Amino acid sequence: MNVRFSDRPARITFAIVAVALISLAAAPWWGGRDDLRLLAEIYAYVALASLWNLLAGYAGLVSVGQQAYVGLGAYLLFALTILLGVPPLIAVPLAGAIAALLSLPVAALIFRLRGHYFAIGTWIVAEVFRLLASQVSVLGGGSGTSLPVGIVTSIASSRQMREFLIYWIALALMVAILIAIVLLLRSRYGLALRAIRDNELAAQSNGVNVTRVKLIVYVITALGTAMVGALIFLQKLRISPDAAFSVNDWTAFVIFITVIGGIGRIEGPIVGTLVFFLLRQFLADLGTIYLIMLGLVAIVVMLKAPKGLWGLVVERFGFQLFPLERRVVLADRGAPPPA
Amino acid sequence: MWRAPSQRECCEIGDVRVLMTDWINVIVQGVLVGGLYAMFAAGLSLIFGVMRLVNIAHGDLIVLSAYVALVATQSLGLDPLTAMLIVVPLMAAIGYALQWYVLNRTLGDDLLPPLLVTFGLSVIIQNTLQELFTADPQKLQAGAIEVASLRVVEGINIGVLPLIQFALAVIVIAALQIIFYRTALGRAFRATADDSAVAQLMGLDNRHVFALAMALSLAVVAIAGVLLAVRANFDPTIGPARLIFGFEAVIIGGLGSLWGTLAGGILLGVAQAIGAKLDPGWQILAGHLAFLVVLAIRPQGLFPKVQG
Repeated sequence: MNVRFSDRPARITFAIVAVALISLAAAPWWGGRDDLRLLAEIYAYVALASLWNLLAGYAGLVSVGQQAYVGLGAYLLFALTILLGVPPLIAVPLAGAIAALLSLPVAALIFRLRGHYFAIGTWIVAEVFRLLASQVSVLGGGSGTSLPVGIVTSIASSRQMREFLIYWIALALMVAILIAIVLLLRSRYGLALRAIRDNELAAQSNGVNVTRVKLIVYVITALGTAMVGALIFLQKLRISPDAAFSVNDWTAFVIFITVIGGIGRIEGPIVGTLVFFLLRQFLADLGTIYLIMLGLVAIVVMLKAPKGLWGLVVERFGFQLFPLERRVVLADRGAPPPA
Repeated sequence: MWRAPSQRECCEIGDVRVLMTDWINVIVQGVLVGGLYAMFAAGLSLIFGVMRLVNIAHGDLIVLSAYVALVATQSLGLDPLTAMLIVVPLMAAIGYALQWYVLNRTLGDDLLPPLLVTFGLSVIIQNTLQELFTADPQKLQAGAIEVASLRVVEGINIGVLPLIQFALAVIVIAALQIIFYRTALGRAFRATADDSAVAQLMGLDNRHVFALAMALSLAVVAIAGVLLAVRANFDPTIGPARLIFGFEAVIIGGLGSLWGTLAGGILLGVAQAIGAKLDPGWQILAGHLAFLVVLAIRPQGLFPKVQG
């Protein structure tokens, strides 16, 4: 008898995922510019939603202010490249690292707020960041600025190569974030997180340092979110406080995606993002109506199927793409038990 | 919103008196705005106290009240203060229904459902208002009273309207205090807040009690919304900022204390007024910084009542 994560369906889906990833990596050869742009946007949302899912769904830190780190990462990218001359592709991870450092004092403040109040605290932090960003006159203040041509061409001289490169980085970043989350959740921190989610008091009395575990998740999320933010705005080439710290774009959509797909599951944000983009292809012209519909769907899902679409799949078929729970496997069912 | 004076009369050499009255005016303005923030906060604090629910759509419901008042004044030709007689009961009814049909289903040990559902509501209200009324700024006209002011001493004037708003805020908070501690309804609120299971055993219907609490909260929201609409321009997107101001006032004042929310609102209003006086871009930021400072050095707030 042994205990392990994977089972046969998971191994089959792993193979499917691998094939899918290889064909996505080859997208520059089979897709047009618009395809690449759309795919990169999808990767960004999968990454953002997965990170928010880690924060809210696993660590119970429900933030409605993750736009703080998207915007911070984006502004750090612009500041590092324009003011300090750091090469853009180095500035992306560097922006993540600086944001992670800055998230420590932020956490020291807002961790004083419990539960629901924590959520609004995160929002205030995002607002403070946005207002501060609009005071930075070297980056255009309230109206923002564009990335100078010299910096853009330093990524790669031809536009096509630049777009390919950014596309691959977006794909790699999403994959890296997903792998990091799976590994984190399979580690002892993952076990601690699930213990906290089930019963915080019981986890604490069993020796889990609840604050420490939550802090680790908060900082990791800030790191990932800021890198994604930096990459998104490296693609847009233009930044402004309202765009970089947008609640709708970086929090409302991300929350709806996660809730609709299934919160507290790795697969949820992926499924949610696919649904989100599918709906958007048909309904984007409706503008505000689209947002209203998304909000309604999210509320109905939260009330009627709180585990989301993927939760329904799991309940029906009992299978997971990325197994996190250990399963007991009887080594050889046919053979008699060892004497 | 309070605006910095267009001319900087304050900096003439030796003119200390003007400088001083200038600052006194700033502080007075801040205190009076604080009354409005206290009302934002009181509604928020009330429902958190009774059912541990933080309503993320709180600010958008304030803005919704402003639009209801706009429709009432324009279609019925009422003045804003009379329109309250329609807006307040209507919002209270909406609050009761919202709690009964939607929010009661979200309450439980899990923090996520109420947060996410009210967040969804916030987005829905905002975008519906945008769809119905466009993003253009609106304002309620209150007539001559808008510009009337009382001269306290030479150079210090207090607007009649801000004064009425502040007085209403004090009355609302006093009324909530009386309801909470002197009436059967308040007893039901406090009992349910302390232990909802036992309260239920004693014959209280929690769902009804929660719905009444939300109705009361939205009645306060309605008053605040009408006052906001008279004071300044509003558009569908300003709700979240009102939620944040109310929340900051709650935390500065101390969780669970109604009079604390008044103190918190005043402190926030004064901080914003001082920030705006220094640099118009710093108005909102100064309020946030005051909140963060309180959170850093006195996280329980100035006048705490319960540990949240």
